[in-house]
Amino acid sequence: MSTSSPTLLKPVKPVGIVGYGAYVPRYRLPAKEVARVWTGGKGGLPIKEKAVPGLDEDVITMSIEAARNAMKRAQIDPTELRAVWVGSESHPYAVKPTSTLVAEAIGAVPNTQAADWEFACKAGTEALVAAMGLVGSGMGHYAMAIGMDTAQGKPGDALEYTAGAGGGAYIVGPADESLAIINASYSYVTDTPDFWRREYQKYPEHGMRFTGEPAYFKHITEAATHLMEASGTTAKDYKWAIFHQPNTKFPQRVAGQLGFSAEQIAPGLLVHTIGNTYAGAAMIGLTATLDIAQPGDRILVVSFGSGAGSDAFDITVTDKVTARVGLATKTQEYIARRTEIDYATYVRYRGKLAMK
Amino acid sequence: MTDVVIAGIGQTPVGEHWEISLRDLALDAIQAAHKDSGGLKPQALFVSNMLAPNLSNQAHLGALIADYAGLTGIEAITVEAAGASGGAALRQAYLAIASGMVDVALIVGVEKFTDKVGPSVDAALSTTSDSDFEAVQGMTPTAQASLLMKRYMHEYQVPADGFAGFALTAHANGANNPHAMFRKAIKPETYAKAEMVSEPLNMFDIAPNADGAAAVVLTRRDLLPKDFSHPPVKIAGSASAADTLALHDRKDILYFDAAQLSAGKAMKQAGIILDQVNFFEYHDMFSIYAALQLEAVGFAIKGKGWKLAADGGIGLKGRIPSATMGGLKARGFAGGASGVYQAVEAATQLRGQAGANQIAGAKYGLIQSMGGPASTVVSHVLQGLN
Repeated sequence: MSTSSPTLLKPVKPVGIVGYGAYVPRYRLPAKEVARVWTGGKGGLPIKEKAVPGLDEDVITMSIEAARNAMKRAQIDPTELRAVWVGSESHPYAVKPTSTLVAEAIGAVPNTQAADWEFACKAGTEALVAAMGLVGSGMGHYAMAIGMDTAQGKPGDALEYTAGAGGGAYIVGPADESLAIINASYSYVTDTPDFWRREYQKYPEHGMRFTGEPAYFKHITEAATHLMEASGTTAKDYKWAIFHQPNTKFPQRVAGQLGFSAEQIAPGLLVHTIGNTYAGAAMIGLTATLDIAQPGDRILVVSFGSGAGSDAFDITVTDKVTARVGLATKTQEYIARRTEIDYATYVRYRGKLAMK
Repeated sequence: MTDVVIAGIGQTPVGEHWEISLRDLALDAIQAAHKDSGGLKPQALFVSNMLAPNLSNQAHLGALIADYAGLTGIEAITVEAAGASGGAALRQAYLAIASGMVDVALIVGVEKFTDKVGPSVDAALSTTSDSDFEAVQGMTPTAQASLLMKRYMHEYQVPADGFAGFALTAHANGANNPHAMFRKAIKPETYAKAEMVSEPLNMFDIAPNADGAAAVVLTRRDLLPKDFSHPPVKIAGSASAADTLALHDRKDILYFDAAQLSAGKAMKQAGIILDQVNFFEYHDMFSIYAALQLEAVGFAIKGKGWKLAADGGIGLKGRIPSATMGGLKARGFAGGASGVYQAVEAATQLRGQAGANQIAGAKYGLIQSMGGPASTVVSHVLQGLN
């Protein structure tokens, strides 16, 4: 087994996940509703339905609830958090960080680092890597990293079927306090413009087929392969795997290409019923997996952010998980909490009606 | 007049080459053909391309590619006839050699679809129809072909899935072509379950847009060295015909007049009759076009082109093997390069180098390059000289 590699991100002090929490809003828009309006019901559907935030919800409110769930599981004093970081593509403000509201809401202020992170769908895992660094270097005892989104899909575009809402919060702390140890991380990044939104544009644009092989598949495959090679592991060494999930087919295909089975990715594959939660996607796939994981389970997580890049994590669950899972709402409980809405209600809730 | 022969062939794989530029694709094919010809230096370059000014903001490809290939000083132009650009460029090069004014001509067909994505590609393709009277009404080439297919199926009582034979044959042959985009045979069930794109055309009735470049070096037979490494392939017949551009101006929309005219002239020039054609490379951008080409050229009677494919008549062991290396459907639709890919593949057959797809004893191949619904059709008869 390889001991080290200069490109592997491993902190000096071992770190792990001390607490975690998910959040998914209750509203659901079935994909067949989108098809009813845009294609007369024709054509294949990429998922069953997606989660839609309510009128008074946004990345701030959702992050606060996920953060509170993480605090319940971690059972730590919020003033011991030395950073509160939120990654999203849909921060409510362009300037005024989500993180300060979350930090204040959970009682982490004022002696804390706070910042908003951005890199399309991997903004949350970026915050997680940074949290590993803050704690692993001894700069802080605990750091919180959140990935949360209320992604907007352009009306009538293919992505409207899947642009969902949700995410997860993680408290990173010393490995010996953790319910899951983060053994190492690795990031793979290139300049690949597969999906973007210019400032002042309401909706993102994308490069259609260019978002596949040269973007999603290339970066996830490179990140996973690099991490596993440097760690001396193969797909068989992992009990579970979570890949970024913009739709159902992509993560299933990349899992197969990397040697993972359908069973390995099943607990973390949520896109079918909540949609693509963008910066929350890999994060909430992991919360759902931790909800059912057993001590000793090894987990591979690989996010993907357009623009483009992937963060990969090699995680081992400890025996502390058993006592902590039940201390807060589980991911599947949020998913089961469901109120179906129609396209008109969705359009109103998502502010797509021109009111002026 | 000495024979006009193919001295060198080259091609890139056809696919979505996100990372390879237009000029690099062309250069790859040119270098391969140049090497294959034993290093013959051309005095003229004919580039065939459909959409570069639109998709890559790049016109003036003759100068660009001559320069990029280290051929500044020679004459160089682009030949454009929509999907028939490849065949048309081949013909221009043929005329140049046959006239005696050019000793060695290089043809390179190149298309880079992936410089744009989405509706702008459909808009670009629509420029090949009548812009003022067809495209402006929202007619895309796919929609146009689907109207033709619907009428054909109605007139000739073609059953659902009647056109499956074209995709099945193409994919089976593409499986043995290392340069093809799709290299796996498909089952009839796959065709039957395929999603409709523009009813009745389903996903497997339409050749996929893709990037690629193919090149051919033409010269006079007496200029080939004695120890030339390949069996020479002669251009025995070459002819082109244009029909009305707009489909609605045709006398009979279900008969590809220009295909019959150009194929007839080319075969007459070659001194052969239909029965002597050993294989046919048609322009199967849509399965309906392949059926109509088979009928117009005479391999099937009117209304029975689909049946020829359904009954295996176009398979490698059939009466008239077609799309022997995958056709446009499995090779991929490389736009203006298609006609040059046809020439490269036909030459490969006639040199006896087609591997698992070899037509035993192939002596004459008919290649037919088409623009629109046979608005321009360029036919060549290639002959293996052994």
